[in-house]
Amino acid sequence: MKIDEIKSIIEEKFPNAIVQSELEVTQPYLELGREALHEICLFLKEDKRLHFDFLSCLSGVDYGEKEGQLGVVYHLYSLIHEHGLVLKCKISREPGAESLPSVSGIWKAADWHEREAFDMVGIRFEGHPDHRRILLPEDWEGHPLRKDYEEAEAYHGIKIKY
Amino acid sequence: MPQLPNSEKNEIPYQELLQRAAPNKTRLEDLKTEEMILNIGPQHPSTHGVLRLEVVTDGELIVEVIPHLGYLHRCFEKHAEALSYPQILPYTDRMDYLSSMNNNMAFAMGVEKMMGIDEQIPPRVEYIRVLVAELNRIASHMIALGTYGLDIGAFTPFLWTFRDREHIMNLLEWVSGSRMLYNYIWIGGLFYDLPVGFEERCREFVNYFRPKMDELNRLITHNEIFVKRTANVGTLPLDVAVNFACSGPVLRASGLKWDLRRVDGYSVYDELEFDIPIGKGEVGSVGDCWDRFKVRVDEVEESLKIIEQCLDKLQKKYKRSPDFDPRALCPPKARPKAQEYYVRAENPRGELGFYFIADGKSDRPFRCKSRGPSFCNLSVLPELSRGILIADLVAIIGSIDIVLGEVDR
Repeated sequence: MKIDEIKSIIEEKFPNAIVQSELEVTQPYLELGREALHEICLFLKEDKRLHFDFLSCLSGVDYGEKEGQLGVVYHLYSLIHEHGLVLKCKISREPGAESLPSVSGIWKAADWHEREAFDMVGIRFEGHPDHRRILLPEDWEGHPLRKDYEEAEAYHGIKIKY
Repeated sequence: MPQLPNSEKNEIPYQELLQRAAPNKTRLEDLKTEEMILNIGPQHPSTHGVLRLEVVTDGELIVEVIPHLGYLHRCFEKHAEALSYPQILPYTDRMDYLSSMNNNMAFAMGVEKMMGIDEQIPPRVEYIRVLVAELNRIASHMIALGTYGLDIGAFTPFLWTFRDREHIMNLLEWVSGSRMLYNYIWIGGLFYDLPVGFEERCREFVNYFRPKMDELNRLITHNEIFVKRTANVGTLPLDVAVNFACSGPVLRASGLKWDLRRVDGYSVYDELEFDIPIGKGEVGSVGDCWDRFKVRVDEVEESLKIIEQCLDKLQKKYKRSPDFDPRALCPPKARPKAQEYYVRAENPRGELGFYFIADGKSDRPFRCKSRGPSFCNLSVLPELSRGILIADLVAIIGSIDIVLGEVDR
């Protein structure tokens, strides 16, 4: 199925959910608002025409201080219909505001990916069943893939900076 | 109690620091009377690297497995943001260090697509890429098969597979100059053309290797002890596998014909003939440990077919010529236009993906996320190992075939 068909199916069900979309690039994407994200994801998986059952990748992104935004990019794929979709959701970088609804109840694959996004970029996922760091130690300070990340001098007496 | 040498607060005992850095998820007070926590790893041969498993057991039975990752985390994504695209290439070798060629190929394909030169890659380059990638796939599967035998107590298959793998290592060393971390497939081309006489030697290898797989099948695959140990163990239903985004042999063993080489037909895979083996539940149920093992055995055969076809093409249609320059298209400076691109390719372990964000202003990616197949395949482990025996846990981990270099990146 072509991206514009997918877009129209989503728009039919959720009229104002798509904030922005780019269809003319190599990999077209749809940007969603955070409010309807969980509902739309559930719809994308359940709907027989779309049937996005495979979450290939979930990436947390820090768009930098200038843009003031963090984002999560979902790469979905349908094993039955063999079509893909890129979803984006951007949120503010302000401390306390950086949270999104978790989709780990829809695709279990999101569980570890969301933990990684939290670990590396510092995005919190509401409703995640096991919200811990995954790659870094539990008592590590900061989120390394933030663009303004400054590593600490030492970690438990081990020198970090070189 | 050992103390850390330079700790500012030297009075904190080492054990307590450890507990702060890598605490168990299960709290002792939540355990039932008969339950206990068993810690497996990070230094344990059955975890295939530095994986730590926190296992809540009830006697011999497992209540819950909680994997703790990150012991081999080398900041691939952070490094990638500070390096130019050709400089990142050697780092991808070190992700899944058993299949460096496949990693190189996926990364190079992604950057080529972003640069817009993916259509211009000469066919000889593409065939050489597929040839070395498939050789590497066999080498990687040989490790998976051999060490799986080792995991559940069969020592001889390990020696046999490593003996045969050594020939591939020699071939790839001849091609690239390195035994494991090749950095051979470059963005836009190759490091060098194949050495003179490689095609003939490679064909010799294929002829040598084909009967060895029959030997291996007789030695382990249909061995009764092995079948008893793996059939009906760790059965992964297809819907669970898809939900956890498992890919590669793990997904195929659950009965789905899903191979990106066929689905996407990238590089020259759409011109090649090969089958996609899937799990059929010959001795147990579909998606058990034996099926995962068998799928890998069958895939080795398919890779041999692909290698022979590549050799035919390289010796007849796209012959070696003096004016062939495999580096002709390698860009001196890789600076893609501002765009985002997710590339995926079939690694021996499954779907390897790279998600790039290029800002168009620098030679370095703004963001480079890698989606390792082992990472997703491993996440299904807690689901698979509820209510099983501890001995079966070892069989299940081995059958998933993880490489911790890629899980932790």
